[in-house]
Amino acid sequence: MIRRGIAAQPRWFAVAVLGATVYGVMTGLTAWAIGWVVQEAVTPAIEAGHATSGQLWLVGGVLSAVVLVNVVGVVGRRLAGGIAMYNLGAHYRREVTRQYLRLPLSWHHRHPSGQLLSNANADVEATWNIFAPLPMAIGVLVMLAFGIVQMLVVDPFLAVVGLTVFPLLFAANVAFQRAMSPRMTQAQQLRADVSQVAHESFEAALIVKSLGREDHETERFRAVTDELRDANIEVGRTRGRFDPAIEAIPTLGTLAVLLVGTHRVGSGSLSAAEVAQIAYLFSITAFPVRALGWVLAKLPRSVVGWDRVSAVLEARGAMDHGDRDLPRSGASTVATESVSYAYEIETDPGEPEGSATLHPAVVDVTLEVPAGATVAVVGPTGSGKSTLTNLLMRLVDPDTGVVLVDGIDLREVRRGGVSEVAALVPQQTFLFDDTVRGNVTLGSAHDDAALWRALEVAHAADFVRRLGAGLDTRVGERGASLSGGQRQRVALARAIIRDPQLLILDDATSAVDPSVEQGILDRLRRASAGTTVVVVAYRMATVLLADEVFYVEGGRVVDRGTHAALLGRCPGYEQLMTAYAREAAERAAITATEEAAR
Amino acid sequence: MSLRSAPPVEHHGIASGRDLSTWGTLRRGIELSPELRRGFGVTVLLAGLSTLGRVLVPFVVQRVTDEGILAAGGPHEDVVARYVALALAGVVVTALSAYLVNVRLFRSSETGLATLRLKAFRHIHDLAMLTQSTERRGSLVSRVTSDVDTISMFVQFGGLMLMVNVAQITLATVLMLVYSPVLALVVWACFVPLFFIIRLLQGVVGRAYTTVRERVGDLLAAISEAVVGAQAIRAYAVEDRTAQRIDAAIENHRVAAIGAQARAVLAFTSGQLVSGLTTAVVLVVGTVLAARGSLTLGELLAFLFLVNLFTMPVQQATEILNEMQNAVAGWRRVIGIIDTPADVADPADGVVLPRGPITVRFEAVGFAYPGGEPVLHDIDLAIAPRRRVAVVGETGTGKSTLAKLLTRLMDPTTGRVLVDGTDLRDVAFSSLRQRVVLVPQEGFLFDATLLENIRFGRPAASDDDVRLTITELGLDGWVSGLPLGLATHVGQRGESLSAGERQLVALARAYLADPDLLVLDEATSAVDPGTEVRLQRALDSLTRGRTSIAIAHRLSTAEAADEVVVVVDAGRIVERGPHAELVGRGGVYTGLHDSWVAQQQSL
Ligand SMILES: Nc1ncnc2c1ncn2[C@@H]1O[C@H](COP(=O)(O)OP(=O)(O)OP(=O)(O)O)[C@@H](O)[C@H]1O
Ligand SMILES: Nc1ncnc2c1ncn2[C@@H]1O[C@H](COP(=O)(O)OP(=O)(O)OP(=O)(O)O)[C@@H](O)[C@H]1O
Ligand SMILES: [Mg+2]
Repeated sequence: MIRRGIAAQPRWFAVAVLGATVYGVMTGLTAWAIGWVVQEAVTPAIEAGHATSGQLWLVGGVLSAVVLVNVVGVVGRRLAGGIAMYNLGAHYRREVTRQYLRLPLSWHHRHPSGQLLSNANADVEATWNIFAPLPMAIGVLVMLAFGIVQMLVVDPFLAVVGLTVFPLLFAANVAFQRAMSPRMTQAQQLRADVSQVAHESFEAALIVKSLGREDHETERFRAVTDELRDANIEVGRTRGRFDPAIEAIPTLGTLAVLLVGTHRVGSGSLSAAEVAQIAYLFSITAFPVRALGWVLAKLPRSVVGWDRVSAVLEARGAMDHGDRDLPRSGASTVATESVSYAYEIETDPGEPEGSATLHPAVVDVTLEVPAGATVAVVGPTGSGKSTLTNLLMRLVDPDTGVVLVDGIDLREVRRGGVSEVAALVPQQTFLFDDTVRGNVTLGSAHDDAALWRALEVAHAADFVRRLGAGLDTRVGERGASLSGGQRQRVALARAIIRDPQLLILDDATSAVDPSVEQGILDRLRRASAGTTVVVVAYRMATVLLADEVFYVEGGRVVDRGTHAALLGRCPGYEQLMTAYAREAAERAAITATEEAAR
Repeated sequence: MSLRSAPPVEHHGIASGRDLSTWGTLRRGIELSPELRRGFGVTVLLAGLSTLGRVLVPFVVQRVTDEGILAAGGPHEDVVARYVALALAGVVVTALSAYLVNVRLFRSSETGLATLRLKAFRHIHDLAMLTQSTERRGSLVSRVTSDVDTISMFVQFGGLMLMVNVAQITLATVLMLVYSPVLALVVWACFVPLFFIIRLLQGVVGRAYTTVRERVGDLLAAISEAVVGAQAIRAYAVEDRTAQRIDAAIENHRVAAIGAQARAVLAFTSGQLVSGLTTAVVLVVGTVLAARGSLTLGELLAFLFLVNLFTMPVQQATEILNEMQNAVAGWRRVIGIIDTPADVADPADGVVLPRGPITVRFEAVGFAYPGGEPVLHDIDLAIAPRRRVAVVGETGTGKSTLAKLLTRLMDPTTGRVLVDGTDLRDVAFSSLRQRVVLVPQEGFLFDATLLENIRFGRPAASDDDVRLTITELGLDGWVSGLPLGLATHVGQRGESLSAGERQLVALARAYLADPDLLVLDEATSAVDPGTEVRLQRALDSLTRGRTSIAIAHRLSTAEAADEVVVVVDAGRIVERGPHAELVGRGGVYTGLHDSWVAQQQSL
């Protein structure tokens, strides 16, 4: 992971490491510089009882130079480290979100959106956070190497002290990291859980409110928050155990230097100044060495973050696309040949390796729609109609069988090719946090006249005109500032403006009133002459527009034919389509008997 | 009965907290998490102890060099040993107290922040629906997650270290004055400008961090579109456009973050630069003084060591102050949300309504969404108990708005809504939510099993109660057809169910809650007619004795209702009465019904 990060940002990383190295060397040099100017300038001045300006310039100049170079090193390290870190974060956020856009809908079905959000945000951040202090760690290593060299130059015995203390430090840091790793992992997981609960709960805010379940939700949140708190306290305890020990080691080293040094001075093989210099060296390394420990402490979090990020990056199963174009010629023909699709149902979500069963939603469906025809798909709730529309748009690939548009297997069509000729108005409207215009055009070039035409057909022009800024009114997150029916009509206009050769409407008028629906259907019929239409609907008027009706139940096409034919021979269909009429008749009968009785 | 003149409702957006000063933020933050203060005195003492230990070691080093090694007559090993033993004791004390400080701080800060998280979370749910919707969900989430996390870094170490640093700076100043008042003045003369620079930079850094936190919210919102809108994006092949929108948010965040980092580095290095230069100046001035004989070399070197003792905490403090600005930026956002008033609040001493059939009355009710045209005008409407009322009308005329006023998700701009003669604003929430339940147009399901989702309506309900509900609503057949029956997981937002199935669950959930007034806002719009009619019948027989209000575009609901209310353009009620009467009147309802009948006609 670290290697990957360095490879992605080599220049900034190099600058940061250079800065850190300068910093490491200069910090080590400070002790030496002070010693040197004292010896070369201060002592002679004191002895002479008079300081020449040359001596003073020497003192000030040397020290300032060391400081300035050191500061430059620090700026380089911190700034470049930060830039590398944020560049990497941005880079991987782009990569991760590209994956979200690339992976098929079936992959999205299997991954909770709260988790995907935290992968792209918190996990990416946790991964590259390590890059801010990493150069510092390298600087520290340089400093330590420099320190050992200084010791070797001064005295082999003192070097032995250094050579035992430094590895000891390293070992302590490694032990620290080992102990932290599982705890950090757990805390990171819990952090994601907290985020997920909050996300879901806020999305459910309206339900929570209208059922008065605020206390219940607060308890649910309290449970995960408390777990996170305990995990964090455990992290603190571990840190509390190691941190003081790691901090004490250089100090112990200093003391050892003093003891050994005193002895060596006694035996005349070392000068007092040299002992002081080495002792000073140990004491100035104390702080940076702790910083090294902090880097190592962050490592587990980075590793966990990276694991979660790379799970997304390595997700396979992105749809393969061919390179064929669908013909652009009036209406398309659509056909499916014994198409089946089953959803994977995890019997035990939460378990990473939970077992899964298959829930067949579309079973062995064969249909063909001639160019320019209108076909209705009718069936009870949960019978697989929406799944079928997804298959026709190649939002999912069938498990078996093929979907053909104009005789071409959709899997051979190039990326984006399907949506150039076909448009789906899904059952669940999704609006972007954008203007009405942006939501209808979705970025493709259409002039206002075309926009208004599409809005007219969708019966949306009137209300859009009344909105504050007309076409440029922002609709809010997921269209929150529009009513349900208004949202649905914007979504309809989105499909109409593309003038598709194949139009698929999945219960696309469920939230509009009968008269508007009637109007939409009339205009659609006029506007879509030369368009093949597949419509999922319950309303008789819509179904009557169809040249042929497919009646589905339990994912299978039970019967097909004209509306009249099906009414006569398919009891399921007859039950479904005449439910309202029978209900009305029954009620009329009851009222009649009641009146008669009176 | 006189109309109480309701104060005009002002809808607040969520406070950004930007106007709160750093100091005010810290004070309010600690007030909200009292645990942060608990046992703080002892922690500070322990921290002081560990600092003393840390100061002791350099002191010993200096003494040992002076008295032990450099002492006249060669090194005194016993003196050295004595000092080393003293230092060892210091190390042990430091380590022990540092351990305790660590543990105590983690405990108090994590407990305090958990409290803060919980308070913010609860308050977000208490905010009025309209206030909630002024902010994107992702941004709300960050206020209880990452914003709080940024605080934790600071309160775990920074806050305390800052105090210790100040103590150390004071101590060092005193010692410096003792050694050489002149040099002490020199040191302070160098540092005074730094303090002003730091103050100035703190504001700059703080603003930069606040911007970063806001960019994070935008980022989350942009990413969530790619996740939640997965189907729409694929259906229209707008992957590239979505990617561009996300990239823009990522880039804005990156630029803001690097900007903040640059400012923080500037603030930090200014401290380091001044510290280093101070050492140089002290040595220069000291050399002059020493040359004049007013200072010995030993004193000068000892003073340098004191300067180090002084500059270290100053440098560390500038670093911590940066961190503090980051924490304060997060803290501000959390406090901002907690201090946003809940417009539609539970009244103190709210009236508890006795259970039983409910009467509803709207008196001259008007409503406008914030900054918008009025949506409802002067609505007067009385609904007798046990009535089944259907509300019909064109799309976008304010039917859902009416339902939200009725369930007090919002308060009317003018006029008032009464249940059983009591103004809704005076009814205790606990009573209101039990008696009046809304099934909204877009039902939301939790990522849990079917059983748990239905039970959400009444957590006290047993499994059998839930099963009974399913049976009563005639949904047995559907449930047994699901792969795992009631134990089936419905997925995020219920996405593993079909749209119609989600509505069935939402309805069962509300039904289990057993309200006296059930408000259905197009609750069966995606359910097939056969199922809908069956549900309708079940509900009819079960809701006898309750009041129910149903908004529906499928006029079968209106046909079955006792009374129909027609809302049209610009939120006015134009007709009301039983279906049989309205249908022949030749008004708006007749028109709607004709369209409906035309749609049902099978040739
Ligand atoms: N993402 C999913 N994961 C698992 N099962 C699913 C998923 N989506 C749908 N199903 C199941 O597949 C079946 C068919 O669903 P589909 O949405 O195609 O039905 P539908 O006919 O469109 O229903 P409706 O009329 O309610 O819209 C249902 O039983 C549903 O529970
Ligand atoms: N949060 C909001 N902010 C601003 N305006 C809103 C908001 N919600 C709704 N509106 C506007 O208020 C009007 C009435 O909306 P409402 O949802 O009450 O209509 P409705 O009658 O329920 O429509 P439908 O039948 O389509 O559901 C619409 O014009 C809509 O644009
Ligand atoms: Mg469907």
